[in-house]
Amino acid sequence: MSIQVIIEKCTGCKLCLNVCPFDAIRISDKKAVIDLDKCNLCGACQDACKFKAIIIEKPAVGTTLELDEYRGVWVFIEQKRSKIQPVSFELLGKGRELADKLDCQLSGVLIGYNMDGQLDELIWRGADNIYLVESPLLLHFQDEPYTNILVKLIQKYKPEIFLCGATAIGRSLISRVAVKINTGLTADCTGLDIEPEKRILLQTRPAFGGNIMATIITPKHRPQMATVRHKVMQPLQPDTNRKGRVIREDFEEKFYLSRTKRIDFVEEIESLVNLAEADIIVSGGRGMGDKENFKLLEELASVLGAAVGASRAAVDSGWMPYSHQVGQTGRTVAPKIYIACGISGQIQHLVGMQSSKIIVAINKDPEAPIFKVATYGIVDDLFQVVPALTKRFKEVLKR
Amino acid sequence: MNIIVCIKQVPETTEVKINPQTNTLIREGVKSIINPFDMYAIEEAVRLKEKLGAKTTVITMGPPQAESALREALSMGIDEAILISDRAFAGSDTWVTSYVLASAIKKMGNFDLILCGKQASDGDTAQVGPGISAHLDIPQVTYVKKIEDIHDNSIRVERMLEEGYEIIESPLPVLLTVVKEINEPRLPSFKGMMRAKQAKILLWSQKELNLDPQKVGLYGSPTQVIKIFSPPSRKGGKILRGEAQEVVNQLVDLLREELT
Amino acid sequence: MEYLLSDEQKMLQELSRKIAEERIRPVAAKYDANEEFPWEIMNILAQSDLFGIFIPQEYGGTSGGVLDLCIVTEELSRACGGIAVCYAASALGTFPIILFGNEQQKRRYLPDLAAGKKLAAFGLTEPEAGSDASAIKTTARRESNYYVLNGTKHFITNGGEADIYVIVAITDKTKGARGASAFIVEKGTRGFSFGKKEDKLGIRASSTRELIFDECRVPAENMLSKEGMGFIITMKTFDMSRPGVAAQAVGIAQGALDLAIKYAKERQQFGKSISSFQGIQWMLADMATQIEAARSLVYSVARMIDAGYKDVAKDSAMAKLFASDTAMRVTIDAVQIFGGYGYMRDYPIEKYMRDAKITQIYEGTNQIQRNIIALQLIKEMVK
Repeated sequence: MSIQVIIEKCTGCKLCLNVCPFDAIRISDKKAVIDLDKCNLCGACQDACKFKAIIIEKPAVGTTLELDEYRGVWVFIEQKRSKIQPVSFELLGKGRELADKLDCQLSGVLIGYNMDGQLDELIWRGADNIYLVESPLLLHFQDEPYTNILVKLIQKYKPEIFLCGATAIGRSLISRVAVKINTGLTADCTGLDIEPEKRILLQTRPAFGGNIMATIITPKHRPQMATVRHKVMQPLQPDTNRKGRVIREDFEEKFYLSRTKRIDFVEEIESLVNLAEADIIVSGGRGMGDKENFKLLEELASVLGAAVGASRAAVDSGWMPYSHQVGQTGRTVAPKIYIACGISGQIQHLVGMQSSKIIVAINKDPEAPIFKVATYGIVDDLFQVVPALTKRFKEVLKR
Repeated sequence: MNIIVCIKQVPETTEVKINPQTNTLIREGVKSIINPFDMYAIEEAVRLKEKLGAKTTVITMGPPQAESALREALSMGIDEAILISDRAFAGSDTWVTSYVLASAIKKMGNFDLILCGKQASDGDTAQVGPGISAHLDIPQVTYVKKIEDIHDNSIRVERMLEEGYEIIESPLPVLLTVVKEINEPRLPSFKGMMRAKQAKILLWSQKELNLDPQKVGLYGSPTQVIKIFSPPSRKGGKILRGEAQEVVNQLVDLLREELT
Repeated sequence: MEYLLSDEQKMLQELSRKIAEERIRPVAAKYDANEEFPWEIMNILAQSDLFGIFIPQEYGGTSGGVLDLCIVTEELSRACGGIAVCYAASALGTFPIILFGNEQQKRRYLPDLAAGKKLAAFGLTEPEAGSDASAIKTTARRESNYYVLNGTKHFITNGGEADIYVIVAITDKTKGARGASAFIVEKGTRGFSFGKKEDKLGIRASSTRELIFDECRVPAENMLSKEGMGFIITMKTFDMSRPGVAAQAVGIAQGALDLAIKYAKERQQFGKSISSFQGIQWMLADMATQIEAARSLVYSVARMIDAGYKDVAKDSAMAKLFASDTAMRVTIDAVQIFGGYGYMRDYPIEKYMRDAKITQIYEGTNQIQRNIIALQLIKEMVK
């Protein structure tokens, strides 16, 4: 495996140099030269080259009989305190679509205790089968027993695709599982599709701070595993006529034991401001200027019944707690209305909110990148606009 | 007590901007830094060293220039550094990266605690930390926001979840990934910088680690990037113009429908 | 310009710039507004080993010199001249101990100062003894193994916050300038208290305060050198510290220029950025040239001192004079470039102008600096 510039074909046009995310290419004597210490073999240059002058030799993507043994799409159903988390329904929605394209079954795998009352909804929302593992020992998530169980189930039933929410629990668990069963895992996918001929899962995710999208495959290992953030995929409307099977699985107790012990859980009120679930978010950035000024946003939010978000700049300045941060290093949100006040719209912020239905941007700077994604833009001083907005909504909504 | 910190050198992504004309990355002036989340891991290791007299070692897998990240960790008070670098590792995905790091840790021998940042700011996968503990078959606790207590053979930590935190006890050795709430990283000290400049950094390549070339780098990686493209840009909409009050009234009328 | 700094000096520059940008700049306006002593920043400087850079290694420092101190002071001043002076004033209080302390005094005081566990201050000025230092009235009367201090010092930088004070007091009235001596006085000594804290135009993060001595008994072993050396110690200390004040001025000027350039590029008038106007460009060019000239002078003097030249009074005075006058001019021009915004407290630039003024006044007014320079010129001519 290597990367090579075909000197005869290279015209020194610099197209490759401009797309390289690693600054690994320079032009010398009108030919591209690749610094192998910097190159990550990502392939951006190969795609950019109009002269087919860059070749990356990759291992061939082959389908073997062994891979053919794997069939079906699985979704990890996450529960906390015996309540199924909404990300699981979203994944079933996407999983249904993938299973239909592959003409195979969609299964949910649920580990926990006392989950009976919630099984129907999983089927109504797209699952054909539920693999259910219940024990008082499994009431709360713990890395080791959950890993043991998933590894056993995957080895027994051989699904070809396995999806999991990119939550605190999901990320922790599934990275461990992928290593144990020796397969690839792609985090935070924003797009999932199927290449039907070889039954390959096309996993698309933002890379390099959201500046570039990468499509990633797992050609020679099964299952093909991916995580998806909450609010990225759409759940199906429940269809109460749908039927499915519940398959109970049970393992020796030693598989349920954990070296780590969960001693207690402390609920934190602050993080209950559930940004991810809000229909409307009023968000502030560097332009807010001060912690105090966030009160303006809180007033607007209270009239609208909205949650308050913040950009990384505002959080880093200590104006808002991290739990309110929207963006690549914070939360991904997709409300009906996102009102960005004094947020310039760095790409890292945009990747966290650009699936919002309506984006309103209020910013003094007409050049701010936020206006490029805004449904409605107001180029003006937010300290005038926001209080006026609060007042007007109060009048109109009679609140 | 032996503490190992795994770090990654990343581009300072907050400075990465797109040139709107060419839609390509503007790279001028983009520095390489230690992944910000790893700074918390380094700081926590140094604090434990100061409290318990632990020996601390920082390791990274990356190109030769990642050495500067190791020296920065040394200047903050870490004792030793190992650079794991080899052309053969280029193109490694998270599975292979965690495999190589775990192999290096095995070669190092004794360890009680492995600290990692919760994720890297460039890839954002959060997979390498748990991957290492899976390869080593040791317990893990992710998203740790506080080490409450640590003894010869056990540790008690607070682990962040979306709506609160768990208190978890684990035997040692264990791997923790840490979040920014855990501490505030110190700046390097001048004496530390002078020491770091002189320090000898061990270099381990594939040969030292004795890894199968088929299992590392692009070839050994289960996942492969097949396509790179610019994100589909959301179209900008309408700029509302006029006096502030006028614009506000317009906007409220436009949004009213969504509110009911 | 390339100043051919050593690797260590480049590291110091990088480190202090990082501290200035990441930790000082975000809080500079707060400390300026509240006139609060920046302990949070002093602790960071201590943890980063910056208090020990000019202190010999055997006493816990890193054995650098005056140039090292200038580099750090300049970088800190770029973000806040007030916070920088808290740091530099501790050096001013430390120099007499390095230069004139005996082994026992050095062992006792320098390690804590090098580690930044304690700050130092230098107490000379009195209400009626400013430029005319020989007019000081604070007395030290010998009583068995003690000296008993009486009098009031004022405008003392780091007053109240420092733990270790070097105080100049008269031990023999009959001997005039040769009748002064210097003592190390620790905070908490009975009879040593603090008076009024000044409300200042600039460098408001720093503490400027009265020191009151009322029958304050200081052990005789705390005298630096011997009786009668007070003013020699003072002059030699100022020779070492003046480049530091000059570096503070260079830093303030550079910080103001940085902001002015940034603003000139952003600010649009008549449909283009004001940096495209020649009137602004020439101002920026003049500011930058003056700063570079000042910096060259400061670094040259600092290098002379570090190389062991003793006769630096004139050169040291020239650096302080030129750099502080430059800081004043440059910061006034920087405010001008900001226009109306420059006059407003919401913008950071007016603070630079307020902070710059003191550099023309303290550690010898610029008039006194000219006296020193002229006196030396005439002396040299006679030779």
